[in-house]
Amino acid sequence: MFGFGYALVPLYNVLCKQLGINGKTDNQVDSPVSTIDTSRIITVQFLATNNGYLPWKFHPNKTTIEVHPGQNAYVTFYAKNESNKTMVVQAIPSVSPGLAAKYLRKTECFCFKHQTLDSQASMDMPLLFHLDRDLPKNVNTVTLSYTLFDVTNRANKASTEQEGRIR
Amino acid sequence: MNETIDLTHHSAGTHHLPQQRGWWPYVRRWVFTTNHKDIGTLYLWLSCIMFFVAGGMAMLIRAELFQPGHRLLEPDFFNQMTTLHGLIMVFGVVMPAFVGLANWQIPMMIGAPDMALPRLNNWSFWILPFAFLLLTSTLFLPGPAPNFGWTFYVPLSTLYGPPSTDFMIFSIHMMGISSILGAINIIATIINMRAPGMNYMKMPVFVWGWFITAFLLLGIMPVLAGAVTMMLTDRHFGTSFFNAAGGGDPLLFQHVFWFFGHPEVYVLILPAFGVMSEVIPTFSRKPLFGYSFMVYAIIIIAFLSYIVWVHHMFTTGVPLAAQLVFMYTTMLIAVPTGIKIFNWVATIYKGALTFETPMLFAIAFLFLFTLGGFSGLMLAIVPADYQYQDTYFVVAHFHYVLVPGSIFAIMTGVYYWLPKWTGRMYSEALGKWHFWLSVIFLNVTFFPMHFLGLAGMPRRVPDYALQFADFNRISSIGAFVFGAAQLLFLINIIWTIKKGKPATSQVWEGAHGLEWRLPSPAPYHSWGEPPSVEIVEEEKNIKNPELEH
Repeated sequence: MFGFGYALVPLYNVLCKQLGINGKTDNQVDSPVSTIDTSRIITVQFLATNNGYLPWKFHPNKTTIEVHPGQNAYVTFYAKNESNKTMVVQAIPSVSPGLAAKYLRKTECFCFKHQTLDSQASMDMPLLFHLDRDLPKNVNTVTLSYTLFDVTNRANKASTEQEGRIR
Repeated sequence: MNETIDLTHHSAGTHHLPQQRGWWPYVRRWVFTTNHKDIGTLYLWLSCIMFFVAGGMAMLIRAELFQPGHRLLEPDFFNQMTTLHGLIMVFGVVMPAFVGLANWQIPMMIGAPDMALPRLNNWSFWILPFAFLLLTSTLFLPGPAPNFGWTFYVPLSTLYGPPSTDFMIFSIHMMGISSILGAINIIATIINMRAPGMNYMKMPVFVWGWFITAFLLLGIMPVLAGAVTMMLTDRHFGTSFFNAAGGGDPLLFQHVFWFFGHPEVYVLILPAFGVMSEVIPTFSRKPLFGYSFMVYAIIIIAFLSYIVWVHHMFTTGVPLAAQLVFMYTTMLIAVPTGIKIFNWVATIYKGALTFETPMLFAIAFLFLFTLGGFSGLMLAIVPADYQYQDTYFVVAHFHYVLVPGSIFAIMTGVYYWLPKWTGRMYSEALGKWHFWLSVIFLNVTFFPMHFLGLAGMPRRVPDYALQFADFNRISSIGAFVFGAAQLLFLINIIWTIKKGKPATSQVWEGAHGLEWRLPSPAPYHSWGEPPSVEIVEEEKNIKNPELEH
C-alpha cells in the first residue's frame, strides 16, 4: 500500500492525460493544421500570474482574441525581470473549462521550457496555438492562464538546504 | 489497574504477578509488559491524557470565539490550536482508545489467552507516547507549531510550513507504524486464536468491527505515510510531487490525503459500531437483531469507504463527472449504515430495558450519530456542498459523528467493561451526571454550528462577522460546560479503581459473551485453557439465535 501511495503519483498524471481532465495541457508540440471550422468563433482569453513574490512583470500583450477552431493563432506574453540578478522561470499553464484543455494544441509555447532573463532584461514570449476542431460545441470561451514560477535554484541545481522553507 | 490485581488474587492465573514492591519493578512492568490487558490499559490512559490535552486546546479555541474580535490568542497560535486539536483527537484519542478496547476485549471475547504477537503489541503502544511528545513539543520549541489545519494541505504545509512541520511528519510516521503493527496483530489474533467452536459468524460484533477496521488500517496508513514522505522530500530534497513549478500538482496531495482520509474516518467509527452491538443487546435483554446483516453491513461500509474520497474535494475543480460519481457512492454508504441503525433500534424494540450509564450513552449515540449522518448526507449532495464546504456546517457534521459517535462509544465501552477490568462497579450517580451534562452541552456546543455554517461562517477562523456572534457565544458556553463535565469521567474512573463496590463475573444481567464467564477483575492471564466448546455454543446461541436454524 505504501508503494500504491507512491504509484498514485504517476497514476494521477496518466489519468489526467487520458481523461483530459484537470485543465492540464500536455507539453507536446503540435504541428499547425490547415482545415479551419469557420462556423464557430471561440473567444480565447489570457491570464498571467506571478507565483509568490516573483519580482517580474508578466502580462499578455493581448488579453483576448477570437479564433475559429483549427485556425492558428499567435500571441505574445511580455516578461521583464525586475530584480537585480539573472533569474530562471517556468510558466505553468492551466485551462478553463478544464475539459477544453485537451483541445488546446500548442505548436510553440514559452511554457515548454525554462526561460532565463538577466536583471532588468525583458522579452516578448511567443505562443502559437490552435483549438482542435473537435472542441465540444458547448464551449465558446476558453481561458488560458499562465503562472510564472521561480526555478532559478532548481535550474542551477543549487543547494537544497532550505531550513524548512522552500523559496 | 494494578492495585486491583494486588488485592484480589483469588484466581489461578495471578500467581506469577510481576508486581513486586518498589518503583523500579513498577516501571519495568509497564514498560516491558506483553500482557494484552496491561497494554490495553496503557492505550486507554494515553488516550485519556491526550483527550484532556486536545480538549484543552478546544477550550482555548472556543474562548477566542466566544466573542468577536481578536482578544485572547494570536491568530497564528489559534491556527496551531485548531491544527493540533484535530491531529491529537483523531490520532491520539479516538484511535488509541479503540485500540485499547480491542486489546482488552478481543482475546477475552474469542477465548484466546492473549494477542498473537504480544511483544509487537508492546512496541505498537510504546511508539505512541514518543510520537505525541514529538508532536506536542512543537508548541514549546521556537517557531510556530503546525498551523495549517489537521489536513495539512499543500502548498501551505510544504512551501510555507514552519520547521515544526517536519516534526509533525515524523510523528505521523510513528503513529502510522503503530497502527499498522497493531492492525497486523489484531488480524493474526482473530484468524488464528479463536477458541474451538468460535466460528467467524459466532464472533461478537465488536470483534468483527475491529477485524474489518484492521484491514482498513493496513490499506490506508501506508498511503498516508507516502503522502507525508512526499511532503518531506518536497520540502527538503528537491522533489516536486506537489510543486507546480517542477511539474507537480497541489491537487494530487488532496487526492492522496483523502484516499487515506476517508477510510480513516471509518476507522474512527467501525469499532464504535462494534461497541454498540455489544452494549445495546445487553441492556435490552435481547439478542442483537440481524447479526449477519450487521456483519455484512460493516464489510460493505469498509469497501465503499475507499470509493468516496473526492467528496472532500467537490469545490476544487474536479470534473463534473467525478463529482457525480462520488456523490452517488457517498449517498450509497448511508444504506448499510442505516441498516445498522435500524437493527439497533429493532434490538431495543420490545426489549426489557434498563438505563445504566452505558445504555444512556448508547441511546444518545443512536440519535445523535444519526443526526451527524444526516448532515453528512446533506454534504454529499454536490450543489448543496458548494455552499457548505469549508463552513461551520462541516464542523458541525463531523463533531456530531465524532463526539456523540466515536467518543460516546469509547465512554460506553469503558463504563460497560470497567467492572470486568477492575472488579469494581463505577459510581452510577457520577456516571449519570457525566452523561446528562455531556449530552446536553454537546448539543449546545455543536448544534448552533449547523446554522453558523448555513449562514456562511467559514471554518478555521479566529474571528468572524458580527452576525455570527450570538450562536458562537452559545456554542462556547456549551463547550466550557461539556469540557468541565469530562472531569467527572476521570474522577469516576479513579474512584472506581480505589473505592468501587466489588463486581460479579456477570456484572450486567443481560450480558452474554465469553468475557462475562471470567471473574471480575479478569485474571491477569485468562483463557490459558480455552473455554469448552459447550460454553462457546451456549454464548453463541444467545448472541446469534439465527445460527440455531
